[in-house]
Amino acid sequence: MRRSMLFLPGNNPNMLINGNCLGSDAVIFDLEDAVSPAEKDAARILVRNTMRYMDFGGCEIIVRINSIDTPYWKQDIDAILPEKPALILLPKTGSAQDALEADAYITQVEEKLGFARNTVGLMPLIETAMGVENAYAIASSTKRVQALFLGAEDLTADLQCKRTKEGKEIEYARTRLVVAARAAGVDVYDTPFTDVNDDEGIVKDAEYAKALGFTGKSSISPRHVEVINAVFSPTQKDVDYAYEVMEAIALAKQQGKGAIALHGKMIDAPIVTRAQRTIDMAEALGMRRGN
Amino acid sequence: MNKMVKSIREAIQLAGLKDGMTVSFHHHLRNGDFVLNMVMNEIAELGCKDIFVNASSLFDVHMPLLDHIENGVVTGISADYISAGLGRAFSQGVLEKPVQFRTHGGRPSDISQGNTPIDVAFIAAPAADPMGNCSGKYGKSACGSLGYAFADAMFAKKVIVITDNLMPYPLQDWSISEDWVDFVVTVDAIGNPKGIVSGTTQITRDPVGLVMAAHAAKVIEHSGLLKDGFSFQTGAGGASLAAAKFLKDIMLEKKIQGSFGLGGITGYMVDMLQAGCFRNLMDVQCFDLKAVESIRNDPRHMEISAMQYASPASRSAVVDSLDVVILGATEIDTDFNVNVHTDSNGYIMGGSGGHSDTAAGAKLSMIIAPMFRARLPIVTDKVTCVSTPGKDIDVLVTQGGIAVNPKNVELTQRLKDAGLPIVDIRELKEKTERITGTPQRLPKGDRVVAEVIGRNSQLQDVIYNVL
Amino acid sequence: MQIVKNAAAGTMESSDAYVEIEPAQELTVQLESVVKVQFGDAILSVVQDVLKENGVEKANVRVVDRGALECVIRARVETAINRGKGDA
Repeated sequence: MRRSMLFLPGNNPNMLINGNCLGSDAVIFDLEDAVSPAEKDAARILVRNTMRYMDFGGCEIIVRINSIDTPYWKQDIDAILPEKPALILLPKTGSAQDALEADAYITQVEEKLGFARNTVGLMPLIETAMGVENAYAIASSTKRVQALFLGAEDLTADLQCKRTKEGKEIEYARTRLVVAARAAGVDVYDTPFTDVNDDEGIVKDAEYAKALGFTGKSSISPRHVEVINAVFSPTQKDVDYAYEVMEAIALAKQQGKGAIALHGKMIDAPIVTRAQRTIDMAEALGMRRGN
Repeated sequence: MNKMVKSIREAIQLAGLKDGMTVSFHHHLRNGDFVLNMVMNEIAELGCKDIFVNASSLFDVHMPLLDHIENGVVTGISADYISAGLGRAFSQGVLEKPVQFRTHGGRPSDISQGNTPIDVAFIAAPAADPMGNCSGKYGKSACGSLGYAFADAMFAKKVIVITDNLMPYPLQDWSISEDWVDFVVTVDAIGNPKGIVSGTTQITRDPVGLVMAAHAAKVIEHSGLLKDGFSFQTGAGGASLAAAKFLKDIMLEKKIQGSFGLGGITGYMVDMLQAGCFRNLMDVQCFDLKAVESIRNDPRHMEISAMQYASPASRSAVVDSLDVVILGATEIDTDFNVNVHTDSNGYIMGGSGGHSDTAAGAKLSMIIAPMFRARLPIVTDKVTCVSTPGKDIDVLVTQGGIAVNPKNVELTQRLKDAGLPIVDIRELKEKTERITGTPQRLPKGDRVVAEVIGRNSQLQDVIYNVL
Repeated sequence: MQIVKNAAAGTMESSDAYVEIEPAQELTVQLESVVKVQFGDAILSVVQDVLKENGVEKANVRVVDRGALECVIRARVETAINRGKGDA
């Protein structure tokens, strides 16, 4: 379950070592934008050691490496892969070719380490116009791709428009990414909301992302984590309804019926799939059935 | 009748100060205070020796005290709080007799019961009239409440008011009244406004602090105490203020109106008053400009004396009606004893202040502290110094879990039911040491440099010199 | 491994460590730490470990520790070595 992902600067020990206490389902150790070129080597080792020596418990670790047009990305992978991050976040992924290039190198390192193929997942960061247009091709380029990730700051620069709080300028990219990811059968994560002091704005922005179909949302501030978790968690009503659906289906099976209605609405396969997903998440969150 | 005296020196002489006597000071001017140093210099120049200084707190602006100690002018100190610079010197043993630490409630209790008689009290007054009516609310050196000075004024044999803002008689809205005052002296400045009150403190951006604050607010929310009539005190530390902010959000959302906010008052508490979270603020000391402005202008924001705040000798004190207090710690042990007197290397850098008093009085006393600071775990087997006994501490909130004192069976269950991450304090210690490693214990000095006197006037613990 | 030039890594921020390394004829390690009493021995042994793992036999090493966890000290020492060695 990944509702929230929190970016942590890769060369800041104080942030890294407390990363598992900040409430997010996953943390993203950032070797890219948060680290100056002169400190890339230091951050790489610091992040590797944090993963090696610290117990992050249930908090998943994702590493944003440097993009494949830099001299750093292979060294990043060399250092990080032995510690088995859940996902590598690949910045500036513009095409299926980019994803395949990263995949090929990761595969090579996995083999060297004796890991099964695709032990470490890939999450292309879509933050260029080209990336948006190629979103489906990227999402379906290799089995290693587990999710797409929207980066609106760089994208709006590429689009030559202003990044606004309302986000009209990224409307197309958001919907495009959701459709592409779902078509390819992978998850999709929304860009951070960058105004740390706007407590209402983050709620609206997260709710909107959820409404569009995003799996979860990233954040650059620990203050946003709780809101994001809440927005991307099922409500008690959702959970109760999901249990009702599953009961209705079980009853239909028992009675040998092919189809069944609940509250006057036919229960079809997509509704069942969604109900099961809700129940899985509720169980992971320790939510119980209400009445 | 004329109480006006030309100089501090003349006032000291008229008050009859002699070798071996006790003088007292209050600390509302905090690190901006000029009065203690001005007075002690005059005392030194008058050739007095063997003076005992009873101050409600000492700050690093008072470092010149060390010269007076070296010259034999000062031979005894009592304070409720001593900041790090002076504390370091005391830990190195510059004073022969141990420093006496009291609490903000214990100090006026001992003064009022005659355990610590004061010969001459000095009141630093941001506003005063020629007969000695005085207030902290007005003038360029305004500090708001004068709460800690009341016991000194009421029980000292002689009382000298020192002001930089003489107003015509009668000063309206006085705090300390003329019937206690012997002499009034004017000076150019009693303090530096920059050191007296701070500007608005921003809510912490430290992620660990925010997580702890969120936990703390939820503990309060689910404690069973957060309902109409709720009362609350919190410190001025970053995480404590953030907790107050989160608590405010909860109170507004649930439309809960509390009765009072207590303590040293910050702008955040004023915000809560103005937002309708409390009917009143009870203020023994103002921390920032916003609090000073509020106590001056808003009748709901009331000044209280340290006796009313916290003295166990009072017939009742406000802490006895307090629901929740949020407090800090440099160390807490597995029996929930808290140290706020010494730093990780054993040097004095604080003191109880109102810590022990509010912890004893409040229904829920909560410590907020990170699991470790600079690799040093907060939870230890035994604290270096017992500032507040564990029996008075209910909950420890860290970023890595919430430990509840096992005496609170019902509270533990409530918090568990609310889905909060409850952890045994011993497990929390182990969990922390898995991250930090187990520290080697500090070697203990061989000489007692300070006595920690509990709010019951009994010796509670001692602090040794640092080797 | 040969240390051929002066190098440094880390910062003076809280929870970090600043490590300097320079070429020398023998191995010396100097430690300054806010938690020297509590963790001094542990830190020195970790620094020695990392030097050994990286085959550094001769160098002057100076560590200014600001309360860094072991994994951080290891990282800063390793980075300093990498920066001070021949092929870097």
